[in-house]
Amino acid sequence: MEIIDILISGSFWAAVLRIASPLIFATMGELICERAGVLNLGIEGIMVIGAFAGWMAVYSGMGLWPGVMVAMAAGMLFGLLHATLTVPLGLSQHVVGLGVTLLATSAAYYAYRLALPQVSSPPRIEPFQPVDIPVLSDLPFLGEALFSQTPLTYLALITAGVVALVLYRTPLGLALRAAGENPAAVEAQGLSVTAIRMGAVIVGSGLMAVGGAFLTMSAFSSFFFEMVNGRGWICIALVVFGAWRPGKAVLGAILFAAFDALQIRMQQTPLGALVPYQVFLMVPYVLSILALVLMSRRAEVPAALMVPYNRGER
Amino acid sequence: MTQTTAAQDVVLRLTGITKRFGKLTANDDIGFALARGEVLALLGENGAGKTTLMNILFGHYTADAGTVEIFGETLPPGAPGAALKAGVGMVHQHFTLAENLSVTENIVLGTQSLWRAGLGRAAARDRIAALSRDFGLAVDPDARVRSLSVGERQRVEILKALYRDARILILDEPTAVLTPQEADALFDTLRRATAQGLSVIFISHKLHEVMAISQRVIVLRHGRVAGEVATADTDRHKLAEMMVGAEVALPHPGLGTPGEVLMELRGVSLPAQGRRSGLAGIDLALRAGQITGIAGVSGNGQSALADVIGGVTAPAGGALVVAGAEVTEWSPRAALDAGVGRIPEDRHATGSIADFTLTENAVLEAYATGQFSRRGWMDWRAARAHAAAIITTYDVRCPGPEARIRLLSGGNMQKLILGRALEAAPRIILANQPVRGLDIGALTYVQERLIAARDAGAAVLLISEDLDEVLALSDVIHVMSAGRLSPAFPRGSMTPARLGAWMAGQGFTDAA
Repeated sequence: MEIIDILISGSFWAAVLRIASPLIFATMGELICERAGVLNLGIEGIMVIGAFAGWMAVYSGMGLWPGVMVAMAAGMLFGLLHATLTVPLGLSQHVVGLGVTLLATSAAYYAYRLALPQVSSPPRIEPFQPVDIPVLSDLPFLGEALFSQTPLTYLALITAGVVALVLYRTPLGLALRAAGENPAAVEAQGLSVTAIRMGAVIVGSGLMAVGGAFLTMSAFSSFFFEMVNGRGWICIALVVFGAWRPGKAVLGAILFAAFDALQIRMQQTPLGALVPYQVFLMVPYVLSILALVLMSRRAEVPAALMVPYNRGER
Repeated sequence: MTQTTAAQDVVLRLTGITKRFGKLTANDDIGFALARGEVLALLGENGAGKTTLMNILFGHYTADAGTVEIFGETLPPGAPGAALKAGVGMVHQHFTLAENLSVTENIVLGTQSLWRAGLGRAAARDRIAALSRDFGLAVDPDARVRSLSVGERQRVEILKALYRDARILILDEPTAVLTPQEADALFDTLRRATAQGLSVIFISHKLHEVMAISQRVIVLRHGRVAGEVATADTDRHKLAEMMVGAEVALPHPGLGTPGEVLMELRGVSLPAQGRRSGLAGIDLALRAGQITGIAGVSGNGQSALADVIGGVTAPAGGALVVAGAEVTEWSPRAALDAGVGRIPEDRHATGSIADFTLTENAVLEAYATGQFSRRGWMDWRAARAHAAAIITTYDVRCPGPEARIRLLSGGNMQKLILGRALEAAPRIILANQPVRGLDIGALTYVQERLIAARDAGAAVLLISEDLDEVLALSDVIHVMSAGRLSPAFPRGSMTPARLGAWMAGQGFTDAA
C-alpha cells in the first residue's frame, strides 16, 4: 500500500528526475563515444573531475553557469587525453579508460587537498535553485514532478533531445554512427575517422563532467570524496540497457533513479524496520541487472566498438 | 589501342606508375588510358599489382614515380579523396557499408557538410530512386543494409558512386560474391552506365567475364603491363597465357575408379536457420576414388550439407552412415577421427585464425594428437616441421612458418589449408568452394591436388557455384535446390542447360 502512495506522489517523481539528471548527462556522453566506436571507461573519473572543477570554480567566486563551463572544459581535457591515446595511437580502450578514471579521480583529490589543506568538513557553495516554469508548474502532480526542477535537470532533458536529433537527423550524426559501425565506410566517403572519433570522445567527456558537476552544484552543494560512487559505471550499463539509443537510455536512467528513490522511501516504511537497510540499497542494482538481461538481448552493438581504426589495414 | 583513342576522349590516364615496397616492386612503370564510355578490364593474378595500383589512384599510397591524370588534371599524390572529388567511384571487394544505417543514409554519408542542420532525406531518396531506375539497380532506399543480400549491397555501393556523380567506376572483383544471375544484372547495369558516357575499370581474374563485358583488356603480370588487347581480338586461352606468362591447361581429368561407399546420407534433414536453407531429406553416397560434384546457386542448402559432413551440425532427421556404421555422436572431432578432411567455404572465417602463425594454423585440427603434443604440452618442434613440410610440398609462398597467416594472399592461404587437410591422409575430402577467389595458378593447383587425392582412393565431395568447375572435375553430379538434392548424374550425361533447369528447381518430385 505504501508503495502505491509513494508512486502517485509528485514529490517522489521530482526526486526521480533529480537523481536521474547526472545519469542522463553522463549516459548521453558515453553513448556519443560508443556510437563513434570508442568505449570510454574514463567516465567515472571524468565525473569526479567535473564535480570537483565545477564546485571549485564556484567556491573561488565564479558564477554557477561559468562553473558548469569550467567543469565541461575539465572533462573535455581528459577526453582529449583519452581520445589521443585510443584513436590515433590505437591503444587498448579498456586500459586507457581505467587509467583515465584513476588519473582524473586522483587529480581531483590532490587538487582538493592542495586548495583546502586545513579543512576538515568541505565548504558549501550556493547551488542551483529550483526554477518554477510559469503556468506549467501549477499543474497538479505534473507541476511538482516535472516543472519545479533546477536548471541543470531541464538542461539534462534538453541535452538528451539534442543528442537524439543530432544522431538521427544530421549528417554529423550519420557520420558518427557510421564511424562506430564500419569506419572503412566513413573513410571511403572521404571523411576522417580520426577527427569524428576524437570529436565524439571529447564532447562526450564534456557531458560526463557536467553530469558530475550536477552532484556538487545542484544536488549536494559540496564536494566529498567517493561522491560519484559508481554512477559512471551505471551509465555504461545504461547505454547497453538503452541499446545505444538516446531515448531508451533516458528511460533506463529514469527507471534506475525510480528504484533508487523508491528504496530510500521504503526504508522509512514499517517494512524498513524489519529488513536491514543494506538490502534496500542493493535493490536498484539488482533490478538494473535484471532489466539489463531482459532488455539488451536483441541490442545491436555498434560493430566497430572497441576496434581501433588504422587506415589502409584490412 | 591508345593511339586510336582521341585525346579528348581520355578520362583517366596513368603514366609511368612505379611503387616499391622494400625489395619488391609492386608496380613497375605502369601506364594506360581509359576512354569515355568504355569498359576496360584489368586482368591479373593475385599479387600482379592490381590492388596497389588502385591504392595509388585513390591516394592511399604515394607512388615512387608516375602521375595520375583525371579529365586532364593531374591528381596530387597521396591525397585520399582527391580521386573521389575528381569523379572516380570505387566499389571495393570488401564492401564499405555501415550495416546499422539505411541504404539512403549510407549513400548520402559524406556528401554534405557535417555542420548542416538536416539530412534532406526526401530529396536524397528521390535522387536515389531515379538513379536506381536509370541504371537498373533495384534496391529499397529505406531498407537497412543489415537486411540486404550481397548482391543488393553491391548495388548500394554502385549507387554511392553514382550519387556522387562519378564519371569513372572502378569495380574490384565485383562478381566474386555474386550468383550468376546477379552477375548478369551487374553487367546490364554496366552496359547502361557506359551507354550514358561513364567509363568502367573492371578488375577481375575471371576470363569469361572479362570476355563478356569489356572492350579492352590490360593484363598485369608481376607489376608490369604484360599486354594490352582489344577484347574482340583475343580469346580466353590467349588471355590466360598473358596472365601467367606460359601456356595454361585447366585440368580435364579422366574418370575415376569408384570403390566402396565411405559415407552415406540417408534421408538427412535439417531445419532452416534464419536466412540459411536447411536440408529436405537428402540421400547421398560418397564413394572412394570418385569426385562427387554438387552444383547449385549458393544458399540452397550447400552450407548445411557441408556442416553435416564436416561434423559442425548433426543431422536432425535421417541417418548418417560412415564406413558402414550409423553414427550416433557426430561432432567436428568425430568427423576428423572418421577421416574427413575439410576445406571450408570461407577460409578467413572458419578455415584459419588470421593472427595465428602458419605453424599454429597448420596444426589447428591435430594439435591435441600425439603427433604434436605430449602429456598436454605442445611439441612446437614437430608442429614447425609439419608446417615447413606443407609450405614446401604445397608451394605456399610466405615469409616462413612463423609469419601470421593474415599476411598471405588468398591462394597461398588456401594452399596451406589444403595441405593441412590432405597431409592428414583423409578418406573423405569435403571441398566447399575450394577455388573461390583464387587466381588461375592457384586454382589449377588446388584442382590437380583434389584429383590426385581421388586417384589415391579418397572420396571427394566438391561443392561449387561454378558450373564449369563441377562439370570438368566431377565423376557424378548432383544439383541442390531449396535444400533438396537431385539424383546422381554421371559425367557427360547432362548439358549445362539441363543442369540449369534443375538448379532452378525443375525436376524435383517432392515439394520441399
